[in-house]
Amino acid sequence: GNLSIILNYFFAGEIFELKAELNSDKKEKKKEAVKKVIASMTVGKDVSALFPDVVNCMQTDNLELKKLVYLYLMNYAKSQPDMAIMAVNTFVKDCEDPNPLIRALAVRTMGCIRVDKITEYLCEPLRKCLKDEDPYVRKTAAVCVAKLHDINAQLVEDQGFLDTLKDLISDSNPMVVANAVAALSEIAESHPNSNLLDLNPQTINKLLTALNECTEWGQIFILDCLANYTPRDDRESQSICERVTPRLSHANSAVVLSAVKVLMKFMEMLPKDLDYYGTLLKKLAPPLVTLLSAEPELQYVALRNINLIVQKRPEILKHEMKVFFVKYNDPIYVKLEKLDIMIRLASQANIAQVLAELKEYATEVDVDFVRKAVRAIGRCAIKVEQSAERCVSTLLDLIQTKVNYVVQEAIVVIKDIFRKYPNKYESVIATLCENLDSLDEPEARAAMIWIVGEYAERIDNADELLESFLEGFHDESTQVQLQLLTAIVKLFLKKPTETQELVQQVLSLATQDSDNPDLRDRGYIYWRLLSTDPVAAKEVVLAEKPLISEETDLIEPTLLDELICHIGSLASVYHKPPSAFVEGSRGVQHKRLPPRSGSPEGAHSGGAAIPEAVPAVIPSQGDLLGDLLNLDLGPPTTGVAPAPTSAMQMGAMDLLGGGLDSLVGGAALNCNCQTLGWYFLPHLQVWLLAMKAKGLEIAGTFSRRGGVIHMELSLTNKAMSVMTDFAIQFNRNSFGLAPAGPLQVLTPLSPNQTTEVSLPLSTVGPVMKMEPLNNLQVAVKNNIDVFYFSCLYPISILFVEDGKMERQVFLATWKDIPNENEAQFHIKDCHLNSDAASSKLQSSNIFTIAKRTVDNQDMLYQSIKLTNGIWVLAELRLQAGNSNYTVSGVLERERYRF
Amino acid sequence: MIHSLFLVNSSGDIFLEKHWKSVVSRSVCDYFFEAQERASEPENVPPVIPTPHHYLISVLRHRIYFVAVIQSEVPPLFVIEFLHRVVDTFQDYFGVCTEAAIKDNVVVVYELLEEMLDNGFPLATESNILKELIKPPTILRTVVNTITGSTNVGEQLPTGQLSVVPWRRTGVKYTNNEAYFDVVEEIDAIIDKSGSTITAEIQGVIDACVKLSGMPDLTLSFMNPRLLDDVSFHPCVRFKRWEAERILSFIPPDGNFRLLSYHVSSQNLVAIPVYVKHNITFREGSSQGRFELTLGPKQTMGKAVESVLVSSQLPRGVLNVNLNPSQGTYTFDPVTKLLSWDVGKINPQKLPSLKGSMSLQAGASKPDENPTINIQFKIQQMAISGLKVNRLDMYGEKYKPFKGIKYMTKAGKFQVRT
Repeated sequence: GNLSIILNYFFAGEIFELKAELNSDKKEKKKEAVKKVIASMTVGKDVSALFPDVVNCMQTDNLELKKLVYLYLMNYAKSQPDMAIMAVNTFVKDCEDPNPLIRALAVRTMGCIRVDKITEYLCEPLRKCLKDEDPYVRKTAAVCVAKLHDINAQLVEDQGFLDTLKDLISDSNPMVVANAVAALSEIAESHPNSNLLDLNPQTINKLLTALNECTEWGQIFILDCLANYTPRDDRESQSICERVTPRLSHANSAVVLSAVKVLMKFMEMLPKDLDYYGTLLKKLAPPLVTLLSAEPELQYVALRNINLIVQKRPEILKHEMKVFFVKYNDPIYVKLEKLDIMIRLASQANIAQVLAELKEYATEVDVDFVRKAVRAIGRCAIKVEQSAERCVSTLLDLIQTKVNYVVQEAIVVIKDIFRKYPNKYESVIATLCENLDSLDEPEARAAMIWIVGEYAERIDNADELLESFLEGFHDESTQVQLQLLTAIVKLFLKKPTETQELVQQVLSLATQDSDNPDLRDRGYIYWRLLSTDPVAAKEVVLAEKPLISEETDLIEPTLLDELICHIGSLASVYHKPPSAFVEGSRGVQHKRLPPRSGSPEGAHSGGAAIPEAVPAVIPSQGDLLGDLLNLDLGPPTTGVAPAPTSAMQMGAMDLLGGGLDSLVGGAALNCNCQTLGWYFLPHLQVWLLAMKAKGLEIAGTFSRRGGVIHMELSLTNKAMSVMTDFAIQFNRNSFGLAPAGPLQVLTPLSPNQTTEVSLPLSTVGPVMKMEPLNNLQVAVKNNIDVFYFSCLYPISILFVEDGKMERQVFLATWKDIPNENEAQFHIKDCHLNSDAASSKLQSSNIFTIAKRTVDNQDMLYQSIKLTNGIWVLAELRLQAGNSNYTVSGVLERERYRF
Repeated sequence: MIHSLFLVNSSGDIFLEKHWKSVVSRSVCDYFFEAQERASEPENVPPVIPTPHHYLISVLRHRIYFVAVIQSEVPPLFVIEFLHRVVDTFQDYFGVCTEAAIKDNVVVVYELLEEMLDNGFPLATESNILKELIKPPTILRTVVNTITGSTNVGEQLPTGQLSVVPWRRTGVKYTNNEAYFDVVEEIDAIIDKSGSTITAEIQGVIDACVKLSGMPDLTLSFMNPRLLDDVSFHPCVRFKRWEAERILSFIPPDGNFRLLSYHVSSQNLVAIPVYVKHNITFREGSSQGRFELTLGPKQTMGKAVESVLVSSQLPRGVLNVNLNPSQGTYTFDPVTKLLSWDVGKINPQKLPSLKGSMSLQAGASKPDENPTINIQFKIQQMAISGLKVNRLDMYGEKYKPFKGIKYMTKAGKFQVRT
């Protein structure tokens, strides 16, 4: 109250005094006054009242005074736009000053004043400065274009400044080039589709020349820009790499990391047998290691990037394990990153060393870090099979320390080890049980209960142990309650005689006394299972569990490739594509690694080459046969097509359950299809929901007609505004599907309008094995945004028309194919005779080569050829009068390699 | 690019802000303060913090957080390197980089920041160029300026700014022409309980102080350049020449600069200059623990190990210690549990030792943690990697310069586990 009034009073006096000093005749007094004003401004005092007095000091030949006034102007112009106009004349005059320093300063400051009226006056001086004879002025003006664009993008375009800026890329001065690149890159960020940085071999050459001569910051801009270029072939790629490698020895770590990005991206194109490829790999390790001796903040960013590099090319740092060893005074964020990379680099060769380290970390002071270290031991056990035993014994040692949180973490990871290597380390259970009482964290309790339940038959007092948990059932967390319920049911199924009472107790606790719906539901399910069909209960509850996978924390390969293109950026720190988090980056283009050249189709287009790095997609026979049988031999009985993902996991039998059953009934529609010349057309499925795509709904399906695969799309505009500029792109996929032409949409697509498009597909696109095999990731663009979705295509669209194999060849091939390539499926309840089945299958390009009848059993021998040249041979056995089919399929995989 | 900069002191006050584009409200720092609160130690604040509309990238130097605000995709290392440059510049200008020094020179600070970035793009970050643009404050200059009415700001375009040697101004003149080079190596090592080396590496730098007139062109060659397989150069070094001949050829900046830094990795055999014998034990059920530590020189090529300082974070359960140093003095902070022993020089004939007992809380169980021992030391006239300069030659100028080279080895993060 009072105090602030008094302070204000004093401050008012101060302002008054300053005003007088600013209007003083003495130069020195003036300058000192401006300094005082700036000092007040910087500590947050409002000195805007002095605006006219300060601006009056602007017309001076004293550079320092001028700069100070400019500082003031930049700060207050926004709040005093009318006053700021008073400064315009001086700015315009200064832009003509004979001293380049003053010209540059004027244009630079003007660009910082975010007031429309001033901006209008900026255009003419800026145009002159962009063509100034002095490079210092030009380089300043280049940045000014970016500033102006930030304030008024339209104005910049209308005035043609973007073209002038593009011309500056060919400037004779490297600093001008670097700043032009920086400005264009910044502008391009808000214009994802503008072709601002049109990179071609000539501009690339200019950039590489400027790279050698500009400042460290300019080098970063240029390197980041180079990384967006896709070289025409491996020779160009190599020559760029050669010119970029010296940057790896730069003192500025950002330069180093940007150079690493360019090299990581372009080396993707180099043939692996090239000597230079090996040389490059060797050159990458030392600079990365050096980054780790820098300040912790730098280390952190470097480690996040190394994490990506290690996943993409583990060979680069495989001998450098030791540099990731943790020092006790590393900040926690560095420690955790190092730990993660240590596990990624862990291999049979270095596991002893790694374990010794991890054990050491487990005795550190920082509890969080200790926990992570213990978990890391578990991850090593799961990753490096040969080390599992060592890891388990290390964990046991740690349990012996009796340090509470160490014991709990150890038990959690031992559970995972049991799940990876069942029936191997159960001897340790006794030791674990000793620590039962000390467990107070839900995760550890749940893990321990899981272990007791899973191995109940080998733990004599399993019932007592579980009973002891039951006492405080309602105080436990849900995780523990659920686990306890399951464990006791397991125990009951294993030792039914002694544990009836216990199981009843837990079921009643779960179903009657609990408010948690999950718990109740699970309780009821067990209850019913146990009461109706104990045998089934056993099959369900004690079923063999799938082994846990080796590395669950690996980044998915497509994302990893995209992140490699973003090394050094925020995206690389967050391990997310920029589109996922950078504000205002709508429609950011997903970057891709360039394809390796030298592959057969590499010649005709940049995008169509098949990268060698990608493992040749030879589907495992299980996968493929499962997919083959996913032929919709009749129309689906419901409107919803079967979801192939889950179907694949469950095996082919389920898939055919419904399909063949309705085979006869569906004959009519099948005829229709044939008269139309349509090969196969399941119902449309919604691939992209309108709510997820700003109003664009996409439904679709696939067909094969006239030997061409088609993607049948139905686009619906559920938004309020018109949609235009549709385009489509596929990600690399297992069979190289790619659009054979542009997406022909009759635009504009008005609100509530639906349009049907048939997009012919080719199979010469880039190949990458997808999971599931028939997964296709699609990007659709319109004037609003880019949307991504994935869909599954029926494998049958890949069956080509000339898939009928010569009889002799068929026989020979069948014999040649090793047994392990064979798989068998049974189809139940299919009422169709062999001829009908044969003709039906033929319409799907599954050709019957021969038919035999033995013992009232028809055997059809069939061949299928996939678009990528792989043959599948099948034997279909039909028992007359029996509705069960047996399919034996073999997959020829030796002959064709990619 | 870089949008704004906030300087935050250790008590969490923003004492300076600078915006290069539109003004970002200081409230954005609330996210930083939250992270700061969560961090157990000041240095544990994560360097990159996302907020709904911005990213905060920070470095902690001299107990000041330099918090940069960015809005679009910018390489974080770019920002961190720039912040380092800001710290270095302040230190260069004001002798120290403290809150007080920054506040005292607030106008110069703003002039510098304005000159270092334009619209978030780095403009002039080389100390040589900045000093031509904005004269560092000195007491003498302040007096001179007041008398003559001259100014702190250069009137001329910095000559290096656009030349092919942007790091050097033209027309340098000295009466005594001299060039000094310091080879300084820091050894980082982790030694395990039994005294064997787990990992050891060397971070080396060659810092130069070159005061030569005109445009001297220098070459520096080494007796054993093969040691330098992982190097980072000052932009002045001609990389091609190094690749081809393993010779450093360069036109030096004027004054102090880092010519090169290098790294000798753990894969090479690194000599360990000191050893530690230790015995730190606690017995179950006893409220006393034993502490014994002896230091000795190892591979020092006969050079003395000096300025030795031993420190160790003792377990939380330790209440106090009662120790007897054979030389030097020790302190123990019962709150932070930090034991430090200022040993001084190691006399190989009479090895320094620190022995005695530690008292624990009565009834407390035996501590779980094993303390790590951190050692600092210096060895003059030796580069532990064995690196040796062969000769230094100057071309392009006629005078005969005075040349000097000095070697030193220091402990970096030198840790002994117990």
